[in-house]
Amino acid sequence: MKTSRWIILAVTLVAVAVVAVMLGTIRFGVNESLGALFGRGDETTLFVIRELRLPRVVLAALIGAGLGMSGVALQGVLRNPLAEPYLLGVSGGAAVGAVVAMSLGVALALMPIAAFGGALAAVFIALTVARATHTRGDPRVLVMAGVVVGAFANAAIMVLMANAEASTVRNAVWWMMGSAANATWTQNAWLALYLALGGGVLVALGRSIDALALGEDSAAGLGIDVERTTRALYLTASLVAASTVAAAGLVGFVGLVVPHIARRLGATGHRALLMSSALVGATLVIAADVLARVALPPAELPLGAVTAVLGVPFFLVMLRRMA
Amino acid sequence: MIAFSGAVVRYPRQEKPALDGVSLEAPAGGITAVVGPNGSGKSTLVRALLGRVALSSGTISVAGSGTAQMTRVDIARRVAVVTQREEAVFPISVREYVALGRLPHRGAWSAAAPDDKAAVSSAMEATEVSSFADRTVDELSGGEWQRARFARALAQGGDALVADEPTTFLDVAHAMAVFGVLERLAREGRAVLLISHDLNLVARFAHRLVLLDRGTVAAAGSVDDVMRADVLEPVYQWPLVV
Repeated sequence: MKTSRWIILAVTLVAVAVVAVMLGTIRFGVNESLGALFGRGDETTLFVIRELRLPRVVLAALIGAGLGMSGVALQGVLRNPLAEPYLLGVSGGAAVGAVVAMSLGVALALMPIAAFGGALAAVFIALTVARATHTRGDPRVLVMAGVVVGAFANAAIMVLMANAEASTVRNAVWWMMGSAANATWTQNAWLALYLALGGGVLVALGRSIDALALGEDSAAGLGIDVERTTRALYLTASLVAASTVAAAGLVGFVGLVVPHIARRLGATGHRALLMSSALVGATLVIAADVLARVALPPAELPLGAVTAVLGVPFFLVMLRRMA
Repeated sequence: MIAFSGAVVRYPRQEKPALDGVSLEAPAGGITAVVGPNGSGKSTLVRALLGRVALSSGTISVAGSGTAQMTRVDIARRVAVVTQREEAVFPISVREYVALGRLPHRGAWSAAAPDDKAAVSSAMEATEVSSFADRTVDELSGGEWQRARFARALAQGGDALVADEPTTFLDVAHAMAVFGVLERLAREGRAVLLISHDLNLVARFAHRLVLLDRGTVAAAGSVDDVMRADVLEPVYQWPLVV
């Protein structure tokens, strides 16, 4: 990808982030917002911008970056342009793991690990079901298997919530619809750590994904240990997606849409694709979160609903192209 | 040279082995063609060489070294493989696609070295894909795509090239062009192992033939030794005019 496009992506991300800090129930000007970011301004402005808005914008950016990278890795390794953590049931499985952890009172830092366990179970079941149909070449079958696993995960969460208190159920439902509303710096720090580790592994494996995207036999001919690399990619893409679910619930379709946007922008090799998708994903989810906040004031829309409104038509167009 | 010695491959839930003690050699400087009817084990040979199926017994060696003792990268540096089918799901330019052939020679993080760039350029020229190097692979015709695949294999370098049914989707002119590339590689000293079902083309270009029948070597030798009706007809179970 050309250097100028990287610069445009980075500048767009920063610009959207600044706008996101400005907008909300209370609106701030550019100078006021930038001043508050650097510690200048009255107490209320400083509190709203630095303790409420900024953590939320950072969380949205991290979610978008993680889901974008996870989508790139899953699409590449599965050679499936429809693959993404939400549609494959990975996010649903992660949600079950996180809900179980929440009900057991597990520490915040370990939530991604619990979600990771659920995500791994989900990806294993989805792949096993898809392989059992002996239609491995058809990308739509895997998506169908993933959707079924996701539906099962939803049912499992409902069972887990059956005897919970009303407030817990409300929180869980809100979280399942995806939200960056309760962002904290501690939570962001943990998520950033998991994403840095997972994203680093994915970028390191970028060239292997290039080879795997040609097919397993071709990848083997290029010196790739197909089984080991594929396993590492599933594990890492699931960990990255699960970390975002643990932090903000189910945010669908980002992993589907973002890699295709990055490809359109000229990113072709998977290393460039992973990094550009992190930037595009961050920008997209910050923008979606702003939309969630300002579309129907004073009510706030679930972030997952906004990304679904954007993502579903995209999915249908992709499906039609593959038909 | 690529050598199979007593290679046995068994697939799960299959009563009979797909390869049952196959021994054959593809020497440097020549085209060795493996022919045989469907299900004779031709493609299993390639999958075994790629490490995609394990040998129950026997060995495979490349330039005298056993593949069991080599890493996948070491094997890829010595043998380039053009697999039977390959479809680029995500569009990349032909130049980027050919450059993937250099993967076994590059570290995880290193940029393309002058050697890599030279190998890519020379492979593209040899296969005449330079003129469409900036097009994406999903825009190519069947013949162009196959040439790009050979360019990637040439860029990979090494002592040997394996091509599994490289002319399946090509018309006669493009098929002849592919064989022209294989001939040149053999002349340059590489061992070329060709898997093919096209007896006519193989008879014209190969230096040695190996006839497989239900996982075993039914005949091996020069083209004249193998391309005989009394050798081929029992294997293909069909009257042939040679």
